[in-house]
Amino acid sequence: MMPISETGDNPEFWVLRLYVAGQTPKSLTAFANLKKICEEHLAGKYRIEVIDLLEQPQLAQSDQILAIPTLVRKLPEPIRKIIGDLSNVERVLIGLDLISQH
Amino acid sequence: MTDTTFQSDTVPASLIKCPTGINGLDEITGGGLPQGRPSLICGGTGCGKTLISMEFLVQGVLSFNEPGLFMSFEETIEELGQNVSSLGFHLNDLIAQGKLIVDHVYLERSEIEETGEYDLDGLFIRLNYAIDRIGAKRVVLDTLETLFAGLSNESILRSEIRRLFRWLKTKGVTAIITGERGSGSSLTRQGLEEYISDCVILLEHNITDHIATRHLRIIKYRGTVHGTNEYPFLIGEEGVSVLPITSANLQHQVSTERISSGVVGLDAMLEGKGYYRGSTILVSGTAGTGKSSLAAFFADATCQRGERCLYLAFEESTQQIIRNMRSIDLNLEPWIHQQLLHFHPSRSTMYGLEMHLALIHKLIQDIQPTVVILDPITNFLTSTNSAEVRTMLTRLIDFLKIQKITAFFTSLNTGGSSLEHTEITISSLIDTWLVLRDIELNGERNRGLYIIKSRGMNHSNQIREFLLTHHGIELVDAYLGPAGVLTGSSRVAQEAQERLAELERQQTLVRKQLNLERKRRTLQAQIETLQAELEAESIEVQYLLEQKHQQEGHLAEERNEIARSRRANLA
Repeated sequence: MMPISETGDNPEFWVLRLYVAGQTPKSLTAFANLKKICEEHLAGKYRIEVIDLLEQPQLAQSDQILAIPTLVRKLPEPIRKIIGDLSNVERVLIGLDLISQH
Repeated sequence: MTDTTFQSDTVPASLIKCPTGINGLDEITGGGLPQGRPSLICGGTGCGKTLISMEFLVQGVLSFNEPGLFMSFEETIEELGQNVSSLGFHLNDLIAQGKLIVDHVYLERSEIEETGEYDLDGLFIRLNYAIDRIGAKRVVLDTLETLFAGLSNESILRSEIRRLFRWLKTKGVTAIITGERGSGSSLTRQGLEEYISDCVILLEHNITDHIATRHLRIIKYRGTVHGTNEYPFLIGEEGVSVLPITSANLQHQVSTERISSGVVGLDAMLEGKGYYRGSTILVSGTAGTGKSSLAAFFADATCQRGERCLYLAFEESTQQIIRNMRSIDLNLEPWIHQQLLHFHPSRSTMYGLEMHLALIHKLIQDIQPTVVILDPITNFLTSTNSAEVRTMLTRLIDFLKIQKITAFFTSLNTGGSSLEHTEITISSLIDTWLVLRDIELNGERNRGLYIIKSRGMNHSNQIREFLLTHHGIELVDAYLGPAGVLTGSSRVAQEAQERLAELERQQTLVRKQLNLERKRRTLQAQIETLQAELEAESIEVQYLLEQKHQQEGHLAEERNEIARSRRANLA
């Protein structure tokens, strides 16, 4: 793996990528849900990148995206994937490893 | 409007087909898969779904210049490349040429959390992008059902799969979707066949008597007349080939050329000319009647004409055959060195029937022989049931006839069973059928040969005695006498007896001639004696007559004397 410069000196910095396909209601819901969760749990130490696959279709293959919307936790590692409109907050938190499954 | 115009209007309008380029599959589907629509290929594990799909794409590129997209939900690109390289497909070359895209969809349930509503637009975008990038006309999704393992929301998946198939249709690509065979009556685990209405093909992998055979069956093909049979198919070194049970038409060209059987006496029985080129010859007989010898002589005759001969031996090794044939003054070795005679010994139980067929096809393509010998075909009967052997032989014979290759089969009859028993299943396929049989008489066995049938020629109906001698095969007219057909030493004895009788007759005649001569001589002698007697008597008579004359003269003189003396008047 190449060295990750985005993290800067902060190992606790979160990079979240949200893959969408155009401005669909599901995408908008997902983005709104994600924003809310991050503000609550990761205030000040996160970045959300929204990737519209309609504009960058080649990323669907390289990033192994099937479902829309898909949220990918690029950092911290390991990579985690959460699909859906993120309406179930608890599952998102589990998926992002922000709370323990048990 | 006449009937003919009506027909010609409707038939081509029915459905446009996309040729798969897979041997035999286009024949049984009447031209290929439905163009621009998705087809389902389903079957159990390891039955060849992926290979058939991949060949569909590779043939599309190589034969029809149609780029293809392979979306794999199971195997990685490297794995796929390795798997199909055994069929001679080099995916990397095609990928480098921009004619093929292989995309591996990685889906691991444990790494994915599902929260709320989603759709599969990502997959659609991925497909769309790849299709547009190379202008793909053919798409394979292998195996779509893996989605069900990776994602848990079944209702979303079902509606998305339905949407996917609709989308593929609007995209105008000919697609193959593969599905794993489900339990019970469903063709696929997730019932994908419900979504695909146009063409469903089922692959099966049956094991009979420890030998596996793959079968292909078209479950449905809307708007097309298709074969409903199970067609065996095989995965060989050059891809998949499906073998139609019989080719649809019996329209192969026939030859009127005759070729020698390699045995002078046998040629004589076949109008003096031998077999027809491209015909199918069966020699059947019990063990040790000389079937292989006839085959070897036929091979020899073929090589003498400078033609190539393929000898598939299922019982003996090459060296064994060569050694054995030397004992009847036939040296096959030079032909092997000249690359005219190709032996291919193998055990019939080594592979399934379809694998044998594939091998034979491949050998024929490599060697290009004009004569193919299978010695013996009965060994297949031990490997599986006779119906399958029959279909296999039908397919083989069809194939050989189309190639105008003369086929020579030997068949072993088991002792005790009816002579024609084992061949009943295939006799209708045979053009010339020779039977070698033992004739047991007076404590010895001899070989007899006769022709049961030979289509298209006026063949001999005689049983000939078949002799394997140090100088080849000889056919001797069997002795037909009051005691029936005699062969071997009985024939020789009978012939000796006849010669003796002949000699005796000869001698009797000579004796009779001698007797006659003696009689004639005796009679002659008698005649001479009698004649001599006659002569003697006639001399006697003459003498007497003379005497009488003399006496009469004397008497007259005496009378004159007396008269003179009496002075009588002289008269």
